Amino acid sequence: MKRDDYRRELASYVIGLVLAVTLSLIPIGLVLFPTWPRGTTLGVIFGLGLLQILVHLRCFLHISLGRSHRHDLYLLLFTSLILVLMVVGSLIVLGDLHHRMG
Amino acid sequence: MTDSSALWHLLFGRLGYDALPFYSLIATCGASVVILGALATAGVITWLGKWRCLWQEWFTSLDHKRIGIMYVVLALVMFSRGVVEGVMMRTQQALAIDAPGYLPPEHFGQLFSTHGTIMVFFVAMPFLTGLINFVMPLQIGARDVRFPLLNAISLWLTVAGAALVMVSLVLGRFSTGGWSGYPPYTGIDYQPGVGPDYWIWALTLSSLGSTLTGLNFAVTLYKERAPGMRLFHMSLFSWTALCTSILMIFAMPPLTVATLLLALDRYLDFHFFTNTQGGNLMNYINLFWLFGHPEVYILILPAFGVFSEVFATFSTKRLYGYHSLVWATLVIAVLSFTVWLHHFFTMGQSPRINAAFGIATMLIGIPTGVKIYDWMATMFRGRIRLTTPLIYAVMFIMLFVIGGLTGITLATPPVDYQVHNTVYLVAHFHNMLIPGMLFGMLAGYHFWFPKAFGFRLDERWGRIAALNFGLGFILAFMPLYVLGVSGLPRRSQAIHNPDFAPLLWVAELGAVVLLAALGSLVIQLVVSIRRRDSARVPAGDPWNGRTLEWAVAAPPPEYNFAVPLPINDRDPFTWLKEQGLAYDRPRTYADLVLPRNSAVPAIVGVAGFACAFGLVWHIGWMAVLGLLAAWGAVIARSFQRDTERLISAADVRREHEAWLDEVAATRPVTRDEETGPGNRGLAEMGP
Amino acid sequence: MSSRDMNHAGLNVGHTDHATHAEAEYSLFGFWIFLMSDALVFALLFAIYATLQHATAGGPVARDVFEIGSVTVQTLVLLASSFTYGLASLAMKYHEGRLRPLVTWLLVTLALGLVFLGLEVHDFLGMADKGALPQRSAFLSAFFALVGMHGVHVASGCLWLVVMLVQLRVFGLDTPVKTRLMRLGLFWHFLDIVWVAILSVVYLQGLLP
Repeated sequence: MKRDDYRRELASYVIGLVLAVTLSLIPIGLVLFPTWPRGTTLGVIFGLGLLQILVHLRCFLHISLGRSHRHDLYLLLFTSLILVLMVVGSLIVLGDLHHRMG
Repeated sequence: MTDSSALWHLLFGRLGYDALPFYSLIATCGASVVILGALATAGVITWLGKWRCLWQEWFTSLDHKRIGIMYVVLALVMFSRGVVEGVMMRTQQALAIDAPGYLPPEHFGQLFSTHGTIMVFFVAMPFLTGLINFVMPLQIGARDVRFPLLNAISLWLTVAGAALVMVSLVLGRFSTGGWSGYPPYTGIDYQPGVGPDYWIWALTLSSLGSTLTGLNFAVTLYKERAPGMRLFHMSLFSWTALCTSILMIFAMPPLTVATLLLALDRYLDFHFFTNTQGGNLMNYINLFWLFGHPEVYILILPAFGVFSEVFATFSTKRLYGYHSLVWATLVIAVLSFTVWLHHFFTMGQSPRINAAFGIATMLIGIPTGVKIYDWMATMFRGRIRLTTPLIYAVMFIMLFVIGGLTGITLATPPVDYQVHNTVYLVAHFHNMLIPGMLFGMLAGYHFWFPKAFGFRLDERWGRIAALNFGLGFILAFMPLYVLGVSGLPRRSQAIHNPDFAPLLWVAELGAVVLLAALGSLVIQLVVSIRRRDSARVPAGDPWNGRTLEWAVAAPPPEYNFAVPLPINDRDPFTWLKEQGLAYDRPRTYADLVLPRNSAVPAIVGVAGFACAFGLVWHIGWMAVLGLLAAWGAVIARSFQRDTERLISAADVRREHEAWLDEVAATRPVTRDEETGPGNRGLAEMGP
Repeated sequence: MSSRDMNHAGLNVGHTDHATHAEAEYSLFGFWIFLMSDALVFALLFAIYATLQHATAGGPVARDVFEIGSVTVQTLVLLASSFTYGLASLAMKYHEGRLRPLVTWLLVTLALGLVFLGLEVHDFLGMADKGALPQRSAFLSAFFALVGMHGVHVASGCLWLVVMLVQLRVFGLDTPVKTRLMRLGLFWHFLDIVWVAILSVVYLQGLLP
């Protein structure tokens, strides 16, 4: 039982490491050998970055939808909401100002 | 540079004789008052031989009740400075109609900057933090907050920030950039002195303290509630404490980032908000109000909480619309993150963006309106006792609605363009903060004072103070609405339109009445302390309270609750009284564990102050030493293992049963005798 | 309560004793809140960076000063350190009574952290040689504030690691030490997440032709 748990958790870390390294190296490769237009590549880079963050949360920080205590998950979701509000709001406002005054 | 001046610079940085406050008579007087006040306080403490007691019982205490009381004391001390500054500014404006007045522009600029900074960060924040600290753990049936040491560290960081603002009266000059400190005016090019640095580090210290406080309260409310108390059993005050804590956690970071980046601009020649090298001051304004708007609700929500308790208790009725009040609070908390742009409608962004934020702002009026109706419905057909806390609450409802309506006008971008930067705005936010925030805090002060100290405050002087505050507010700020619409800009040191004179003098009169109100508060405190023996409430329930804090002695034992109380209702103490269980003798007692006192928080506060002071005056060694000492103290503390002490079950039993015996010997009183000497803190059930 | 319920999000408390559980439950939740607040600090620095990244004021632009090779190595080092910290957590949970595996993995993590910091400082010095100092332009101010902030966090993490190694030596693996190691773990993994964002938003966006 204990042995199995150990294996399971070790596997989670190993999978996390492999995925994280892969998800970091692909975008780096895309920058070194640009194949698509800049906008597309940038979208892919950000998408993979977001995916990698989810991998870190799942494999290293052990956040999951089912198992974790609800409080932590809610906390994370609420933070994401505030974070998006602040960051996206700031970018819209300052982008608009830049556009009008630039 | 000569050798001796290099040495001076190394030792004392930019400090010099010109830092002393001899540049104007008013500044010299202000500094003298601070120094003499500090010396007199120290002298009295020495004369009474209380230093040891103060250190052992208070400064090193980790008890949430004592920490709460110290926060409120800090708030009241700073409040008196803030009020005096407000009166000084009103007087200047009344005198300076086509005349120079008595304050030079530079000094006037310092005054409105310190007034705003002090009132928001060192009056409102410590006051509400203090009340929550004292009341909330008692209301949820907890022994203490979750992290008592952190709680004390937050207190001392706030004290360090306040001390920095006080020192700025004596050494050097404060910023003239207002409480919001917009660059580039607060940048190094326009204010090369130490003023903005004082402002930056005072705010940084206090915002760190507030973030940690918010974290502490949130964990306490989630995890430390007494067994049986569900979230929807919590009192409204605890709910608002929860929402305020969440706002503190998420709204303080923008402020910290804004002040730190401004510091980088000033100290290391970075270019975030400068006019050159691609800097962009609009980034600062955006950041500041990302903090600033939620901050408004950090200030107002706890006041809403106090009013909810006061309306229910002094109407002798269950709170009307509990669930709607809780949900309104939650909705306000979330919406408060979506409206920050209404503070800078005129910055130049597209009309559609302004419109979106204007609409979001108006939406907040809806949950607030729900609350107002709930409170009025609570009073409807209640057995109302119009004592001081309820007087504050009733004045709040009437005046706050006016402030809310003017808020709606300001939320309309075209109107905002018209009255932008006029005293209309000054009138509006004072209308929210005085009847809203301040009246709430004073109602709470009055309401919970007997719980904290064991005796009631004098009712007559309480009413005089309350009515003076109400009258003073109306006289001082209603004229500003008219003046604002007529075009009087805010922060004017001199006024060149004689037509403004009559209303400015009415406002001046209001300011004097507000000063009288502050005086009445002081007199009330003195009178109450003198007559404390006839106003003692040892049984602990002077107002026929409804929530758990009234179920223990006044003042409460350091462990709060001798045994856990059964909780089945959202008015848990009323339920206990109705079931006849309120003063039951427990059969068994258990050993209780409490944190030992610790000097670490006070050390962190002193070190934090030293670090900030060193940074302000560019005294490198002091800044570094302060930082190292603060972290060193925390790390040293982490090596301490013997941090808790045990109170034996026998001791708890002895103390608790002595109190129960006293309760049994106390004559219960009806509400007619509430303010009379017969009220010893035991309420007779029934109307 | 089954052991599954007691798995705390963030780090697995698992088979430790009951006191550790209760303590860890509270202090980890508090620490999560702190991290969320900290995450907001970083998010705002990202927003500032995004608005200022083209404000180069005629000075160096991103492509002149960023080095993909060094950044790649830093990324790999930091990812590896997260993994080794994970192994340390497993050692703490499953090798009770034996300190050696735990200490070893903590030391490896510390070494990786220091290597990361060394590379970062080396990069910064290289930028300074090219005249890319924060005083030069708003873009560089924002860059140094954001990446520097992450660096300061990693340095604090390293200091914390050292303190924990000393505490392991002094106290062994008692409850306070255990919960502190769990919190440090959250901190360390959190910094990795911030780095992922820095890699994408700052370095890769800046270097993309």
